[in-house]
Amino acid sequence: MTGEQIVFLVVAFVTLFAGLMVVTTRNLVHAALWLVAALFGVAVTYVILHANFLAVVQVVVYIGAIAILFIFAVMLTRRDMRDQGPQMNKNWWFGAVLAVLTFGGLYFLLQGWEGMTKTATSYPVGFDAISELGNALVSPAGYVLPFEVASVLLVAALVGAVYVAFNPRNGNSGK
Amino acid sequence: MSFWNDPLKVAADWLLGVFTAWGMPELAANILIGFLGVLILISILMVLDIGLVWVERKVVARFQDRIGPNRLGPFGLIQPFADIIKLMIKEDITPAGADKVVYNIAPMLSMMSVLILWAVVPLAPTILGVDLNIGVLYIIAAGAIGTLSIIMAGWSSNNKYALIGAFRQVAVMISFEVPMLATLLIPTILAGSMGTAAIVEGQDIWYVLLAPLGALIFLVAAIAELGRAPFDLAEGESELVSGYNIEYSGMKFGMFYAGELLHAFTFGGFWAILFFGGYRFFGLEKVSPFLAIAVLLFKAFIGYWLIMWVRYTLLRIRIDHMLAFNWKFLTPLAFTLIMVTALMNALLSGTSTWLYVTGMFLSNVLVAWGALEIARSYSRRERERIEGKRIVEAGH
Repeated sequence: MTGEQIVFLVVAFVTLFAGLMVVTTRNLVHAALWLVAALFGVAVTYVILHANFLAVVQVVVYIGAIAILFIFAVMLTRRDMRDQGPQMNKNWWFGAVLAVLTFGGLYFLLQGWEGMTKTATSYPVGFDAISELGNALVSPAGYVLPFEVASVLLVAALVGAVYVAFNPRNGNSGK
Repeated sequence: MSFWNDPLKVAADWLLGVFTAWGMPELAANILIGFLGVLILISILMVLDIGLVWVERKVVARFQDRIGPNRLGPFGLIQPFADIIKLMIKEDITPAGADKVVYNIAPMLSMMSVLILWAVVPLAPTILGVDLNIGVLYIIAAGAIGTLSIIMAGWSSNNKYALIGAFRQVAVMISFEVPMLATLLIPTILAGSMGTAAIVEGQDIWYVLLAPLGALIFLVAAIAELGRAPFDLAEGESELVSGYNIEYSGMKFGMFYAGELLHAFTFGGFWAILFFGGYRFFGLEKVSPFLAIAVLLFKAFIGYWLIMWVRYTLLRIRIDHMLAFNWKFLTPLAFTLIMVTALMNALLSGTSTWLYVTGMFLSNVLVAWGALEIARSYSRRERERIEGKRIVEAGH
């Protein structure tokens, strides 16, 4: 077993454990903090795959923005920090079936994928992954169309959020 | 290659020789050397941090026309050590309703979020923790962990003041992250790389001459990120006693305090690295790596001093004013500046150096002037509207 495999196994175990704690812990803020741990584990997995850019974006976007907003929402809507909700709601069996089906589907798909058994070739010398990514995102032969469509979608979401929050009566937001 | 030209590599090679001679496998020896490097860097930083306590107290004393610490040792130099002993032997109190695990993790995370920043600081041409090709994004990611530590501290203390302080601080941090990220992209555009080492290497002309407005916005966003005056309403001792760290005592409070000081110094360092040429100073860095480190530390201290100057001169800003300032003024300005910088850089990159520098500088001045004009006309209209309303009310 190489060092990289050991690191991967440890990280994968921690990530899965944190993911399990997200759905089983009774305290909502603790669930959000375990979610942060799980997301951080995924970021470390990206680092092991040499995808540095994705790893850092994972931390900035998911931990720095989304998880913080989760925690904010929980804190602003719950009265007591010792809040103990029920562990399960009545849809638990549906969630369990969905999780098993997703795992089974992924397992089935990856069984047939030849990449599972091959070792990845290493980067050529002087290969700069991030400039390759940048070029691919804006070159017409690459992903310029999906990239622009996603940007338009995000702008539309922003405009929609402003429209919902805007109070036309006094021309000011909420005051 | 001698120790004085490339100390890090020589030391690592020597240690590798020693460890393998002891019969250690090469992989384990390399991991151990990596750990030792991190340990030495962090130890030096923590010792520097003790010095920063003294520097901060002396500087604030000068600004407030006092002497500052002066009883223990020459110039009160032993005072910070006495403070540390006091913090160590203080009783460690955990509030009754606190969430113990989260409460204890928060100060560690706070300190960690500052220390991991030094992984990408290029101390000298050959002395650099890791040359990440995404260095500037890494700075933002470390800031995200700092935000998390503050919200954890505020929530787990089970204290109203702590929670309100954490809310304010996090609102400031996540909103000022936007202009900060935008200004971090300006050195990226100019250097053509996100790596901190490449940004320093690219500064034959300091970027402060090419993007003075970018440097200024970065400084403002950094001060807000640090939660220092005039953006210190998370602490707001007159309203919130002390903010998110109110329930912490002893060394746990010490970690927040030391982390804040080191954070300010680190941002002074990043200001120097991104806009003032980092370790470069008219070829001085080529003489010796130790001289390069001295140059970087000197520039970092100037940045740190500037942050202290702002802190002890200006008054606290109200939170709605601060958020409005960020979202309505700083963020649009930063985004405009990125577009202008990218455009001018593309237009002028083939021309002579003088034309390039002048063009970039003037475009920055123009953007700043335009932004100030727009802000002024907006505030004039607002003032007239309010005064008009008053006249109408007086007439009734």
